Amino acid sequence: MTILKTTNLKKRFGNVIALNGVDLEVNRGEVYGFIGPNGAGKTTTIRILLGILQPDEGKATVFGKDAWQDAVEIHKKIAYVPGEVNLWPNLSGGEVIDFFVKLRGSNNKNHRKELIEKFDLDPSKKCRSYSKGNRQKVALVAAFAAEADLYILDEPSSGLDPLMEKAFQECVMDIKKAGKSIFLSSHILSEVEKLCDKVSIIRKGKIIEAGTLDELRHLTRTIIRLKTKEEIPALDEVKGVYDIKKTNNNTYTFQVDTDNIGDIVKYFSQSGILKLESTPPKLENLFMHHYKKNGGVS
Amino acid sequence: MFGLKFNQTGKLIRFIIRRDRIRIIIWLLVLTTITLIIAPAYTELFPTEKERLVMAETVQNPAMIAMLGPVYGLDNYTIGVMFGSQMLLFTAIAVAVMNIFLVTRHTREDEENGRIEIIRSLPVGRLSNVTSTTIVAIGVNILLSLIIGIGLWALRIESMGIEGSLLYGAALGVTGIFFSTVTVFLVQLSENTRGTIGFSFFILGFAYLIRALGDVGNKTLSLFSPLGWIVRTQVYANNYWWPVILTAGVAFIIIAAAFYLNSIRDLEAGFIPARSGRKTASIFLKNPLGLGLRLQRTAIISWLVGIFVLGASYGSVLGDINSFIETNEMYRKLIIVGEGFSLTDQFITTIMSVIAIFSAIPSLLMLLKLKKEEKKNRAEQLLARSVSRNRLLASFLIIAIIMSFISLSLASVGMWSAEISVMEEPVSFITIFKAGIVYLPAIWIMIGLATLFLGVYSWATGLTWLYLVYSFFVVYLGKLLQLPQWMGKLSPFGNIPQLPVEDMNWAIILILTIIALFLIASGFAGYNRRDINVTKDSFYLSFLFKKNKN
Ligand SMILES: Nc1ncnc2c1ncn2[C@@H]1O[C@H](COP(=O)(O)OP(=O)(O)OP(=O)(O)O)[C@@H](O)[C@H]1O
Ligand SMILES: [Mg+2]
Repeated sequence: MTILKTTNLKKRFGNVIALNGVDLEVNRGEVYGFIGPNGAGKTTTIRILLGILQPDEGKATVFGKDAWQDAVEIHKKIAYVPGEVNLWPNLSGGEVIDFFVKLRGSNNKNHRKELIEKFDLDPSKKCRSYSKGNRQKVALVAAFAAEADLYILDEPSSGLDPLMEKAFQECVMDIKKAGKSIFLSSHILSEVEKLCDKVSIIRKGKIIEAGTLDELRHLTRTIIRLKTKEEIPALDEVKGVYDIKKTNNNTYTFQVDTDNIGDIVKYFSQSGILKLESTPPKLENLFMHHYKKNGGVS
Repeated sequence: MFGLKFNQTGKLIRFIIRRDRIRIIIWLLVLTTITLIIAPAYTELFPTEKERLVMAETVQNPAMIAMLGPVYGLDNYTIGVMFGSQMLLFTAIAVAVMNIFLVTRHTREDEENGRIEIIRSLPVGRLSNVTSTTIVAIGVNILLSLIIGIGLWALRIESMGIEGSLLYGAALGVTGIFFSTVTVFLVQLSENTRGTIGFSFFILGFAYLIRALGDVGNKTLSLFSPLGWIVRTQVYANNYWWPVILTAGVAFIIIAAAFYLNSIRDLEAGFIPARSGRKTASIFLKNPLGLGLRLQRTAIISWLVGIFVLGASYGSVLGDINSFIETNEMYRKLIIVGEGFSLTDQFITTIMSVIAIFSAIPSLLMLLKLKKEEKKNRAEQLLARSVSRNRLLASFLIIAIIMSFISLSLASVGMWSAEISVMEEPVSFITIFKAGIVYLPAIWIMIGLATLFLGVYSWATGLTWLYLVYSFFVVYLGKLLQLPQWMGKLSPFGNIPQLPVEDMNWAIILILTIIALFLIASGFAGYNRRDINVTKDSFYLSFLFKKNKN
């Protein structure tokens, strides 16, 4: 079932084109990664989904309802964490969390307490004196304490230390187990790889790749490290092999196209394999591949 | 569907009250206390009919009318009428200022800082925040109306009956409501807090100015200003209620328009878009001085224009003074013959003391900008980049000092340029210029005080504003209320020789300048020593900590 769908979203700010036809589709139970360089339009897309910006063209629906028109209805089942959290300086973190929970209408005290412990947050401190990471934690606790069907997270772990990042990832896993959907924009590719089922890559306000992680991996190359008994003849002429580096005693490092991997393995196994190491394609390679070409909008 | 636009307004109202209860109580307390102290003071100052009649003659002066609004109820000039005609306008302006800050704080400021974003991601209606802010503002104003209205009546002053007292309160409250709706409207236009507050004050100042011009000259002009309506209530004399109803009606139209604009706009956007910046820094933007100027370019220009207009408007009033004297034989005898100097001279000194106090505002704003830079963690970025603290502070100080000179000069130019076109025998530019520029040391003392606070207790800079408000009260209203002279002398503005009526006194100028220099030097010493970016809490903490160590 489709939880979230955008078709041909367009948005300009003055003469900056922030979105230039964004199509997305997230299904129930999916953890959906949304990645792209700075200024690509991630936050703008998310704000349209939240009904706080109006698209110039195109349509955004969440739970089958119009994101702008039915914002209040939709938000009853959404939890959101912005990338940069600003809070009221003279209120304590606990007060802010309670206020957010109250505005949502639900009230699960146990869960709140659990999360505060998990994120190691001191809720009695005034927001004025929280560090960036601690403010982020307040928003995370408020979001995860909610019983939502869709969690929209815009770079939620920016500013968290590795320990807290782990706590965050555990929370996401729990939500996923409960069958909820998550829309996660992030710059941390390892996080996206670890958590997400599907990924869209946005650049200059356009989706340039979308699909499951496996599908995307097909677009990149596997790195093979190999030691053989005999020299492999004419390796550089084999289809789908790139970047060969040969060191002495028949040790090779090269990249292969994922599509041709069967034939290639057959070919070099004739030379007698002593040692074989393969590194699966990283999202990073794909990312770099796309980013380097032109970068972001601004 | 319509109802959902206001979803959860009630919870937001409680939240605003929770955040601002102290702030609101202080505002109410200050406004009420001042009102309830001043009213009985009138009965002591003017116990008999004879004293009141002298006052009645004094206030029929165009300068007074420009300041306070039209005179009424002269046939029976009671304490109530005196109080109503002399206090209403200024108190109403204070109430308007309160509303501008209150509304901006909960709308544009929260929105600009990204706090509304999270709220709007919750099941909260598109109009809920602006509605709850408006309701709180209206509630506070109604409360203020009732407290002041009932409080004045409870004083049991003979000429201050229940209807007049309630009308006085209502006039204040409705002015507050009017300016809160104006601010809500301007929030929809401007993308940032500074713009919203700037626009709102511009409207307030403009309303005051056209009322002043109208009340002195063409009366119809006053009817274009909400402040012009308010002073036409004729409190404690005729007790007209129509201005209150008219103001409330117009406020309703403004708020409806504001809500409509709010419901169709993007979050964090305004209908007047901000201009985009340059790609590279201009040649001026290469040191903290350039940065200070660049950051405040718009503010500097707007303030200079504003001060020029202020001077020019009072200059144009000078022309009316002449015709006023021609028509009022008795008044001419009283003032001119009696005291030996011309009415225009007297007018210039009075107005200049007020203009000088206004001219201190941009200087202080420019200097205290540094505090904001520090609070937003931007000062530390400069200090981390080989800019010394002395240089940083000095850059902002220089801007403030240059501003003080330009402001006073422009005000004089403004007054002179308007005056030469309306007067038959215009006052010479040099006379006006001297009367204005002589206030420089007073502004420098204010700047020095701000520097001292900035350098030593940066969270206390607000006290400078309080001192400026005090100065305004004693210098201007002091004469009216016949406050003791020492109260005026506690303000630097009260010590400046009032040219051209008084003689120049170089000794006082020198002393004031030395005090200013001393304050500035102390500020620098402190700024070099203290931690950058200490909050109030941590300041107290460090204070306790030091105490324990001893
Ligand atoms: N309110 C605004 N006014 C003008 N331009 C804007 C506004 N908001 C976004 N933009 C522009 O729209 C483009 C997309 O911005 P957006 O914030 O969506 O990027 P992003 O992908 O979230 O980037 P980041 O990874 O840095 O968070 C950028 O070029 C940005 O400058
Ligand atoms: Mg972003």
